[in-house]
Amino acid sequence: MADVASPLPAPHERSERDVVLLAILVTALILTAAKPILPDFLVRLPAAWIPPFADWLDVFFEFIRGDMDAGRWGLIYVTRWFADGPLEFLLGVTANILEGRHRWPYFVDPLPWASVAAVTGVLGYYLGGWRMALLAGGTMIWTALMGQWNITMQTVSVLLVAAPLGFAIGLVTGIAAWKYRSFDNAIRPLLAIMQTLPFYTYLLPAVIFFKVGPTAGAIATTIYATPPMILMTTIGLRKVSPEVVEAGKMSGATRWQMLTKVFIPTARTEILVGVNQVIMLCLAMIVLTAFIGMPGLGATLLSSMNSFRLGRSLEIGITIVLLAIMLDQMSKAWVAKQPVHFERGTPWYIRHKHVVVALVLFSVFYVAAQFFDMLNDIGRRQSFSQAREIDALIKGFLALDVVKSITGTIRYVLNVWVLVPFRDALLWIPTSAFILFVVAFAYGVGGKRPALYALIFFSLVALSGWWDRSVITLYTVLAAVFLASLFGIPLGIVASRSERWANRILMLCDTAQTFPSFVYLLPAIMLFGITDTTVVLSVVIYTMVPLTRYTIEGLRNVPPEMSEAADMSGATRWQKLTSVQLPLAVPTMAVGFNQAIMFAFFMVIIAAFIGTQDLGQELQRTLAGTDLGKNFVLGICVSLMALTFDMAILSWANRRKKALGL
Amino acid sequence: MQTDTPVISCRNAWKLFGPNPRRYLSQMPPGQTYNDIAADGYIAGVKDVSLDVGKGEMLVIMGLSGSGKSTLVRCFSRLHDITGGTIEIDGQDIMALSEKGLIELRRSKMGMVFQSFGLLPHRTVLENVAFPLEMRGQDSHQRRERAMEVIKLVGLDGREGYFPRELSGGQQQRVGIARSLVIEPDIWFLDEPFSALDPLIRREMQDEFLRLQGMLGKTIVFITHDFDEALRLADRIAIMKEGSIEQCDTPDQIVLNPQTPYVMKFTEDVEKALVVHASALAKPLNGEAVEGTPINGGMTIRQLARTLVNDPRENLPVADSSGTVTGVMSRKAALDLLMGPA
Repeated sequence: MADVASPLPAPHERSERDVVLLAILVTALILTAAKPILPDFLVRLPAAWIPPFADWLDVFFEFIRGDMDAGRWGLIYVTRWFADGPLEFLLGVTANILEGRHRWPYFVDPLPWASVAAVTGVLGYYLGGWRMALLAGGTMIWTALMGQWNITMQTVSVLLVAAPLGFAIGLVTGIAAWKYRSFDNAIRPLLAIMQTLPFYTYLLPAVIFFKVGPTAGAIATTIYATPPMILMTTIGLRKVSPEVVEAGKMSGATRWQMLTKVFIPTARTEILVGVNQVIMLCLAMIVLTAFIGMPGLGATLLSSMNSFRLGRSLEIGITIVLLAIMLDQMSKAWVAKQPVHFERGTPWYIRHKHVVVALVLFSVFYVAAQFFDMLNDIGRRQSFSQAREIDALIKGFLALDVVKSITGTIRYVLNVWVLVPFRDALLWIPTSAFILFVVAFAYGVGGKRPALYALIFFSLVALSGWWDRSVITLYTVLAAVFLASLFGIPLGIVASRSERWANRILMLCDTAQTFPSFVYLLPAIMLFGITDTTVVLSVVIYTMVPLTRYTIEGLRNVPPEMSEAADMSGATRWQKLTSVQLPLAVPTMAVGFNQAIMFAFFMVIIAAFIGTQDLGQELQRTLAGTDLGKNFVLGICVSLMALTFDMAILSWANRRKKALGL
Repeated sequence: MQTDTPVISCRNAWKLFGPNPRRYLSQMPPGQTYNDIAADGYIAGVKDVSLDVGKGEMLVIMGLSGSGKSTLVRCFSRLHDITGGTIEIDGQDIMALSEKGLIELRRSKMGMVFQSFGLLPHRTVLENVAFPLEMRGQDSHQRRERAMEVIKLVGLDGREGYFPRELSGGQQQRVGIARSLVIEPDIWFLDEPFSALDPLIRREMQDEFLRLQGMLGKTIVFITHDFDEALRLADRIAIMKEGSIEQCDTPDQIVLNPQTPYVMKFTEDVEKALVVHASALAKPLNGEAVEGTPINGGMTIRQLARTLVNDPRENLPVADSSGTVTGVMSRKAALDLLMGPA
C-alpha cells in the first residue's frame, strides 16, 4: 500500500526542487541581463572552440563507405550491389507493370488503369464493404480522369517496393528486439533519434550509398518507415498471453514452430497496425523524395508549387490526400478484419468470391482497354483537369482588394508584432543563458533526468557551431506551436461540448493526420504565396491537428462520475471545465502538445525550400553536394532539440497521469 | 484404481523465483519458512513437495490463488524448470531431458487444458484441435480425421469451422479439452479448466468431464481453487498453501480427519454426509462375523440416510463393489455424521 502514495512528492522534496529551479532561473536571468559585460564565450561560443564534428563524421563515413575508384573495400560495394541488383530489379518490375517505364526487365506492358481501378475497388470491398470500395475505386478513377495516372503510378510503384521492404526489415528487427533484451536496449535510443531526425538526413546518405532516383528514394523511404514497425512488432509479441504460449509448448512445438505458428499469428493486430504505419510513413516520405529527384506526385507538386501553379498543385494535393485516406482506411480495415467461417459445403467460388470477381473484372477491363483507348490511358489533353481554370480563380480571389488587405494585415501583424520580435529576442539571449533556460524548463517540467539531458543536448547543439540557425529553427517551432495552441485547444474544448461535434472533429483530425506533411504547405502557399509567413502558417495548420485531437481526447476521457460529482456540487459549466475537466485532461493534452512540437520540427525543415534561415535551409544545401558530415551534424541538432522537449514533456505527462490515477 | 508404479513421481521438488535461485537453494539452511525465504527476496512457488500420482488416478490440487498449485503443475510438464529435487514421468527424470526429448514427451504423452483456454485466435476449431498433430508433422488428412473424432467426443460437431471468438466460453473450453486429448496423452493436466466459466456452465462441464474420464481413464492432475469441485471430482486431493502441500488424501479422509488448521477451515462448511462414503467409516472385520445384508461401501452417507434411519442393527456390514464384505460400520457414527452428534 505504501507505494501508492509515493508518486506525490513529500513537502520538503518539493521545496528543495523549487530552490534548485529558482537557482537555475536566476542564474539564467543574471546572465541575460549582464550580457553587455559578459565575457564573449558566454554569449556565443567562439569559432575556435567548436570541434570539427562534420570533418570527423566525414572521415568516419569515408571509412565505412569505402571507395570504388580507389578499390578500397567498404559498405558502398554492398549498397551499390543491392541498388543495382535486387532493388533495381524490383523497382523495374513494379514500374513496368504500373506505368511502363520500359526499364529492365521490360517483359510486360503497363496495365490499363481501368483494370487496376477495378481490382483496387474489389480489394476495398473485401476489406470494408461498399464504402471502402467506393473510396478505393473512386480514388483510382479520379487519378485517371485528372490525367495524373502516370505520376501516381510512379509513386505507387516505389511504395510497392519500399513498404514490403520496410515491413520485412521491421518484422525481423522487431523479433530480434523481442528475443534479446540487450539488443532491444541498444536500438531503443537509436530508434528515438531516428524518429526525430529531419528527412533530409535520410535523403543524403541514401543518395550517396544508393544512387539518385528511385533506388535512393526507395531506400530513404524504407529506413524512414521502419522504426514504428519494429516497435509494434516487439509490443505485439510481448503481449501474446502466457497461456497461449504454454499451450503451444504443450503441443510440442519447436522454437521455430512457436515463432511462426503461435507468436506471429497471435500478434497479428499489433503487427498490422505496424503495417498501417509503415504504409503511411512510406507515402509521406516518397512524396518528399522529390527533393532528391524522385519522379512522381511529389516531384510534380514541388515543381508546381515552385512555379506557383496553384490549380495543378491543388489537384495533385487532392490526389495525394485521397491516396493517403485510401491507404490508411484500407490498412486499418485490414487490422480490424477478423476471419469468419463458411458453412460446410460452401462451393469454392463463394469461398473465394472476391478473388473471382477481381479476376473477372480485371480481364474484362483488360480486354476492353485494347479496344477503347480511354480505358487504357488518359493523356493530359483528354483529361478532365481544370487546373488552368482553378488557377485563374484562386489568383483572381487573391488579387481582390479585400483579400489582399486581410492577408496583408495578417502578415504585417504576425511579422512585425509577433514573429520578428520573438526571434530577435531569442537570438539576443546569450548561449549560456539560453541553455540554462531550457534546462530550467526541463527540470521544472520533467525533473532531474530530463534536465541533465537538456543540458547535454543543448550544449552539443552549441558545440555544433550552428547555434543561430538552431535558435531560428526553435523559434519557428515555438512560435508556430504557440499560435496553433491559441486556435487548436479552444477548438477542441468547444468541440467536446457535444458528442456529435467531438466525433466529427476527431474524425477530421484522424484523417488529416494521415496526409503526407508536404501537402500542408499548399493552403498556406495559396493564401500567402511564397513568404516566411507561409512557413509559420503551414506549421501552425499542421500542428493544430494533434493539439485539437488530444484536447478532445483528454476531455472525453475524464471519468463521467467526476463530471457528475462536479454537477452535483453545483458547479457552473465554466467551473466544471476549469476545476474538474481541464486539470484531468491536461496530461493527455500534454501528449498532444509534445506531438505538436515533434510535428513542428519536421514541418519546419520541409518548409525550408520556401526560403528560411534555419537548419533546414542548410540541410537542403547539403543535398547538392556530398557533405554527409555536415548533413548529419545539422540533422542531429534538430533531433537533439526535439528529444529534449520530448523527454521533458512526456515524463511530466506520465508522472501526472500516475498521480491522478488515470 | 491405483497401481504400484507411479506415473508422476515428485521428490522434494523446489521451485524458487528470484535472482539466483539455484545458489540460494543450495546454501539455504533447513527449516526455512515461506516468509523467511520471502525476506531474502525469493518466492517459493513450490516448496519441498513430494508426491506420487498413480496410473489412472485423478489427483486434484486445491489451493487459493498464489498457493503454488499452478506452478507445481507447470513443473510436472516442465513449463517451469524446478530449482531442486526430482520429477520423474514414467521413471524418466524430466529435468535430464534435452529440448528435443522434452518436445517428444509432450507430443506423445501429455495434454494440458488452460484456465483462459489458450486458443490460437487465428485458427478455426478444427485447426486449433489439430494443432498438436500438426506440430508432430502428421499429414493433413490424418490430422483432420483424428481432430474430427475428438471434436465429436467433446460435442462440438458442426462447429469445427468456427473461430474461437465466435464461440461461448464453455464451447471454447471444449475446444481446449479436445486439443489436449487429440494426441491421446497418458497424462492429462487441467489448470483450473472451469474457473473462467459461469456456475451453471461449470456444473455442466464438470459432468462432461466426468463422462470423458469414465470413457478414457487417463492419469489426471486437476487444479482448482474450488473445494466443492475438488470433492466432486477427486480420487485424492492435495491441499496447497504457500508452496507446500498441507495434506494429500482422499476426499473422505480430508473431510473426516483434517490434519492442519488450514485444511480444517476448508472442511468446516462442508456437508460431510455428502462426501464421506460408507467404506471410509467402516472398521476392519477382525474375524468378527457380521450378519444381514451388507450396504454398498461406495455410497455416501447421505445416500444411505434412509437405510440408516430404518435399519435397527447397531453395526452394519459394508461391502465393496464386488459384493464382498470388507468391514463394519457403526450406525451411530454414521448417524452422527448425518445429523450432527446428539
